[in-house]
Amino acid sequence: MAIRNARIVTVSGPVIAKGTVVVRKGLIEAVGENVAVPADAWIVEGDGLTVYPGLIDALTTVGIPSLAATAGAGRGAATATPAATAAATPAVRSMGPEDRPRTTSWALAADEIVATDTRIANVRAAGITTTATFPMRGIFGGQGALVDLLSDEKPSKMVMLSPIGQYAALATGGRGGAGFPSSLMGVIAYIRQIYLDLDHYEAVKAAYARDPRGMQRPEYDRALEGIAASKRLLLPANRLVEVDRMLHLAAELKQYTVLYGGLEAYRPEVAELLKKYNTPLLVSLKFPVRLADSDPDEPGTLRVLEQRDKAPSAPAALQKAGVKFAFYSDGIEQARDLQRAVKSAIDAGLPRADALRAMTLTPAEIYGVADRTGSIEKGKIANLVVTRGELFDDATTVQMIIVDGKKYEPPPAPVVPAGGRGGRGGN
Amino acid sequence: MRRLLLTGLLALAPACAQTYVIRNGTIMTAAKGTPGTFTGSVVVKDGKIAEVGANVTAPAGATVIDATGAFVTPGIIDCHSHIAIESINEASVSDASMVNVRDVINPEDIAIYRAMAGGVTTANILHGSADAVGGQTIVLKMRWGKTAEEMIFEGALPGIKFALGENPKRAGNPTGGAVNAGAARYPATRMGVEDVIRESFNDAKAYKAEWDDYQAAVAKGEHPISPRKDLRLESLKEVLEGKRYVHVHSYQADEILMMLRVADDYGFKVRTLQHVLEGYKVAKEIAAHGAGASTFSDWFDYKEEVRDAIPYNAALMTKKGVVVSLNSDDAELMRHLNSEAGKAMKYGGMTADEALAMVTINPAKQLGIENRVGSIETGKDADLVVFDKFPLSDFAKVQKVFIDGKLYFDRDAEIAGRAAEEAEKKRLIDKEKAAAARTQGGGRGQAGQTQPNPEQVTP
Repeated sequence: MAIRNARIVTVSGPVIAKGTVVVRKGLIEAVGENVAVPADAWIVEGDGLTVYPGLIDALTTVGIPSLAATAGAGRGAATATPAATAAATPAVRSMGPEDRPRTTSWALAADEIVATDTRIANVRAAGITTTATFPMRGIFGGQGALVDLLSDEKPSKMVMLSPIGQYAALATGGRGGAGFPSSLMGVIAYIRQIYLDLDHYEAVKAAYARDPRGMQRPEYDRALEGIAASKRLLLPANRLVEVDRMLHLAAELKQYTVLYGGLEAYRPEVAELLKKYNTPLLVSLKFPVRLADSDPDEPGTLRVLEQRDKAPSAPAALQKAGVKFAFYSDGIEQARDLQRAVKSAIDAGLPRADALRAMTLTPAEIYGVADRTGSIEKGKIANLVVTRGELFDDATTVQMIIVDGKKYEPPPAPVVPAGGRGGRGGN
Repeated sequence: MRRLLLTGLLALAPACAQTYVIRNGTIMTAAKGTPGTFTGSVVVKDGKIAEVGANVTAPAGATVIDATGAFVTPGIIDCHSHIAIESINEASVSDASMVNVRDVINPEDIAIYRAMAGGVTTANILHGSADAVGGQTIVLKMRWGKTAEEMIFEGALPGIKFALGENPKRAGNPTGGAVNAGAARYPATRMGVEDVIRESFNDAKAYKAEWDDYQAAVAKGEHPISPRKDLRLESLKEVLEGKRYVHVHSYQADEILMMLRVADDYGFKVRTLQHVLEGYKVAKEIAAHGAGASTFSDWFDYKEEVRDAIPYNAALMTKKGVVVSLNSDDAELMRHLNSEAGKAMKYGGMTADEALAMVTINPAKQLGIENRVGSIETGKDADLVVFDKFPLSDFAKVQKVFIDGKLYFDRDAEIAGRAAEEAEKKRLIDKEKAAAARTQGGGRGQAGQTQPNPEQVTP
C-alpha cells in the first residue's frame, strides 16, 4: 500500500509537504518526497490529505471491556469507582498491609485484551491506533500493555509490548467493611510497606537461592512478584500538593515513576518539581468543566474557578518548561470530544506540533517503544492516521486509520450537538 | 482563598528575613523569671528574637513597627489540631500505627491561614481518635505558602496518637459495638481498648528484641538477613526507645490511670494526655508520671464520657503541678485560642501570664520545643503576634503575625487585598458565563458537524 502526494507529518523529522508513504507487511517500508511507488502497491491518492503517525492514548482501559465503566476514574481519583473496588476487594476484610488489600499487581493487561471491546472502534475514529492499556483496579491494579487497536484479530496480534508498568491509585475502601486501608494516609502507608516487604522478600529469596539447606523455604508472594516485575509505576497526581507528595514518595521508594492527572500543571511549581525529579507526566484530557446543571449561585472557590480556567493551559506551560508529558483520554471515548479537548490545549497556547508529539512520539518514549512506533519513519510499525484538514480541528475529518498496516475507516460521526460534551443538552 | 493576597504579601516581603523593631508595645513574654508583662520593644533579626526589653538598640536599617497601645505575645501553639491534613483517621483497624499524617500534609488548607490569622504559629497535627493505637503525628509551623516539608517544625520529635474510651470502642464499628456482627471491629469495651494497646506493645517488644539481636549480630561481624521492617511496629519501637512522643486522647479518670499504668508496665512515658476532662480528679498521678495535660477551656457535655467535666480543670491541674495547655481540636476554635486562655482567668483565677502560658510556653514544653518557641526571649524563633487589645479578650484582633522573623499575616494587607481577589473571582465567573453562552448560541450552526445524520435518527 502506498499513500502518494500527501502531506506527511512525520513528527520525528520535518513535515514533508508532498510525499509518499509505503506500507508493507505492517511496517513503514519507505517515506519521503521522492519515494518510488512499488508496482504491486494498492495506491491511495493523497492530494489534499495529511498523514500523521497513529495517536497513542497513554493511559486507558480500552481493550478490557469489563473495565469500561471505571475508565473515567483515572484522573487521580482518590476513591476508585465501586465497580473497580469490588473487583479488587477480597471477600475477607483486610486487617493490614499483610493482607495485600485491593492488590492485583500480578495481573497482566495483555492477558485480558480482547478485540471485541466496543470502545476500540470509537477511539480509533479519533485517530488513536495504540493504547497504553492498564488494569485500573484497586490500589495496585496490575501491569499494562501497549495495544494496537485492531478489530477482528486475536489478542496476541494486538499486544505490542507487555508489561509496560504498574498502575497504582490511592483507592480507599471507605469507612465500611472493606477494611484497611480506609484513608489516604493508610494507602500511602500500605504502598510504603509493600516496597519494604519487597526488599526483604528479595533478600530472603536471594539467600535461599545461594544455600537452601537448613533454611526455611520463603513463601511465594504474587503481590510482591507483580511489583518486582514493574519497571515503572504510575501514580496519580492532580493538584500541586499531590504532585509534591507523590514525587517524594516515589523518591523514597526508589521506584521509577510516571505521574498521571496533571490538573494543576499550569502552576509553575508543578513543572519545576517534575523537572527536579526528572519525572514525566501523563495529562488527562478530561479538563474540568462547569456542569450545566450546577447551581448558578455556587460558582465555587477561586481555586476551583482557576482550575477550570487554566487546566487546558497546563500542557502549554509544561511544554515551555521542557517537561516530558503525554496526553491520555481519561475515559473520553467520543472522537469529537477527544479532538476538542486537545484543541482546547492548543487554543491555550500549546503549539500544534507539540500537541501531536504528546500523543505520538512522547508517549512512545515514556513507554520505551520510540524505536518501533510514535513517528513516521522507515522500519517502524505502520500506525498512521490520514485526515482531510489539520488534526484536532473541528472541521477536519479522519479519512482512514492504519493499524499494523491494516486499513480502517472511521464509522459515521455520531450525532453530537456542538459543545455538547455532556450529551444532548438543551433539546 | 487567600492565595492572591499571599502572593502580594510575599512580593512585599523579601525572601530573606527582614530586621524589625516592634516598638513601645505591651510585651507579654510568657517567659519565667522575668517580669511577664512590661512596656517595651522586641528586635527581630535573622529569624530570631535578637533583643527584648524596655529599651533596645535598633539595628541600622530595621523596619520599625509602632506597637504603641498594642500587645505583643509569643506565637500561639496548639497542642491538638487536625487541620492541614487530607485524612484524619485510619479507622479500619484498632492499631493504625503504620499510618503517618506527615504523608498527607496539605499546605494549601485554608484553615492554616485562618489559624495563623488567629495568632497560631505552631500546631501539633494529630491522627484522629478512632483507634486505640492511632497514627503517627507531626508538629507544623503555620508557614502559609510553603511546601509540606517546609512546614514541618524541624527537630521537633514526632508523636503517635492513642485514644481511649468511646471513640476507639465504637468508631469504624458499623454495629456500634455489638459482637458477632460481620465487620464489627474489636474492641467494643474499655477493657478491650487496654488490651489492644497492651497487645501492640507486646508485639513491639518482640519486634524490638528481634532487631536488637540482628544489630548485635551485625556488630559481631556476622551477615544475618535483616528482620522484616514493619511500619506498624516500627513506630511503637520508637516509643519504647523514647524517640516518639505519645499523645493520648482520654476523658475519664479511670482510663487515664489505666493508661499511666500501661505506660509504666512497658517502660515508656505518656507525653501528653489530650482532652483529659476528668484530669482534675487524678492530677497528682498525672504530675507524678510527668505527663502534660492538654485540655479544653469549657467545651464538654457532648457525650457520655464528658459529663463530669468542669471549667476549673485547667487551673486545678496546674495547681497540682501538671504542665497544662489549652487546645482547639477544631479549625474554628483554633482561630481564638487567645480568648480560650482568657476563660481560665475567670474559672480558676489564673493571672493573665499564667493563662497566656497555657497557649504558648506550656504547649511548647509538652511538645519538647520550648528551647525554640513559646516565649519572647532572646535567641528564640521570632514567632510573634501583635494584638490591638489585651490579647486574652474576645475583642482582641490579631494585627500581625511573624513566623521565623517573617511577616506572614498583616491585617491591613489582608483587608486591602480582598477587593482584588473578589474582582478576580468575578472575572473568572463572567468569563465562564460568556463561554457558556457562546457554545449554546453559536456552535449549533457549524457546517456538517452537528446536523443530525438522517440514517441514525430512529423514528
